[in-house]
Amino acid sequence: MAAIEILGLEKTYMVGFWRKRPKRALSPLQLTVEDGEIFGFLGPNGAGKTTTLKLLMGLVFPTAGSARILDHEWNDPSVKAQIGFLPEQPYFYDHLTAHELLEYYGQLSGVPAKQRRQRVEQVLQQVGLRDVQGVQLRKFSKGMLQRVGIGQAILHDPKLVFFDEPMSGLDPMGRREVRDLMEQLKHEGKTVFFSTHILSDAETLCDRVAIIHKGELRGVGAVEDLTSSVQGKVEVIWQGTLVPASIKALGAECHATGDRVRVIIAENQQDAVIDILRRERQRLIAVTPVRTSLEAYFVEKLRRAETTAGSPT
Amino acid sequence: MNTRIAYIAANTFREAVRDRVLYNLIAFALLLSGAAILVGQISIEIEKLVVINLGLTAVSLFGVVIAIFIGIGLVSKEIDKRTLYTVLSRPVRRWEFIIGKFFGLAGTLVVNTFFMAIGVFVALLYVAHKLIRADALILVALYFIILEFVIVCSLALLFSSFSSPLLSAIFSFSLFVIGSFGEDLRNFAGMAHGVSRWLAMGAAYLVPNLSPFNVISSIAHEQPVAGQLVLHNTLYALFYAIMVLSAAILIFEYRDLK
Repeated sequence: MAAIEILGLEKTYMVGFWRKRPKRALSPLQLTVEDGEIFGFLGPNGAGKTTTLKLLMGLVFPTAGSARILDHEWNDPSVKAQIGFLPEQPYFYDHLTAHELLEYYGQLSGVPAKQRRQRVEQVLQQVGLRDVQGVQLRKFSKGMLQRVGIGQAILHDPKLVFFDEPMSGLDPMGRREVRDLMEQLKHEGKTVFFSTHILSDAETLCDRVAIIHKGELRGVGAVEDLTSSVQGKVEVIWQGTLVPASIKALGAECHATGDRVRVIIAENQQDAVIDILRRERQRLIAVTPVRTSLEAYFVEKLRRAETTAGSPT
Repeated sequence: MNTRIAYIAANTFREAVRDRVLYNLIAFALLLSGAAILVGQISIEIEKLVVINLGLTAVSLFGVVIAIFIGIGLVSKEIDKRTLYTVLSRPVRRWEFIIGKFFGLAGTLVVNTFFMAIGVFVALLYVAHKLIRADALILVALYFIILEFVIVCSLALLFSSFSSPLLSAIFSFSLFVIGSFGEDLRNFAGMAHGVSRWLAMGAAYLVPNLSPFNVISSIAHEQPVAGQLVLHNTLYALFYAIMVLSAAILIFEYRDLK
């Protein structure tokens, strides 16, 4: 079953004070997110990621199109009890403490009182805020607010969680914890839809990703499929500090770091380089084909989009 | 009441309390005790009149200022700070949010008025040394003041649902001032002719008529209030607030939260 089906969702804002003119934020978007997967929604700033999330949350209204979430119409209020949402750079009622805020959101989500108390404690522990649960949010740092945001999104044990830039404002430990949390949610059978422009996070976590740029979907697929295209190059690593002249002569791209040397060569030069290393009595560590990284794929997609947009018609 | 509305109202009340809105009570207490001591020294036999007039007028003005300055930010502040996003992404309907906010603010004002009312009676006891049966009429004046707050809260909330806090404050305060002379506006409309008569009549019925809610002076003179006026004011305030809140919901229901 699809957790999210976006059916031609489109958004055009009217901008300007006197003379209103249309500004398209999202071109008709078709996208399906399967149940139980971690789905990354990638794009540079201003690409339309947040607009898509706001449309799905019913915070803005689509110009055209519709969507289905967990087999319900996206604007059906009952479906909201089953979804969690973390907005980008979240800000909460700063007169409340972390405990009170989670309690309040639990009430609004319809979590029964007894279960709510237990769940609030559990989530505070999970997001690492148990020690500061009695402190008003106006005294929280950006990273702590992000943790509160994640806490409120998972508080009511939703089936589907939307995170808008969840790693924003977090230190490396915090980012690691959020990654672990997302993996845990997946293990619990939940679907995670998150937007980011940090590609390494997406590459590590996502089953599938979609790339959006200037409101248009540029690519979608499994991370392995997008990054599996072999470039016809091989990376050779050995222990040493010097690159033999005969390898340099092959036109290899050489990098020496510490006591290791890494060269990238054409696939058909692989045997020749290994023979040279044997002759030179160097200790070979690894020979691996060079694959396209998600970053390379992303950059290529955006570059192609820019070229298409800039080419004369 | 719908439980989500109750939770939103309770949170709005808690926010007002924690943002030290009730600190105005200190200013009110100082004003009233100062006035009571002063009139006790300079006036003969009219101390009670002065204390009732001053006390109830202060209750009304303090409350209106709170209603406007909290009311204008009830929706717009939540949009600006994006606190609304995490509320509306839950099973909360937009109309529930508006109604919850309204009850939260109205509740804050009722509690505030309750404490101010105690202050008025204490000041009265100080200058008159005893309370008489006619002093119970002050409760009617306080009830009318609360009804006035209900109208002002709904107006501030309406403007907050589509306009900036500054404009909302200007609109709300202007309507309160015009509404306080609502009876005069209606009389003027009755005297006008042609198109201006229709325009003045339209304006007179559109703005709230707050004149009948001001019974402070007659109560200070121990004149009774007709039961019919209590019924009229109650129905008018409820009808007006419901109409204004419906307009606020209608606007907010279709608003994009950019």
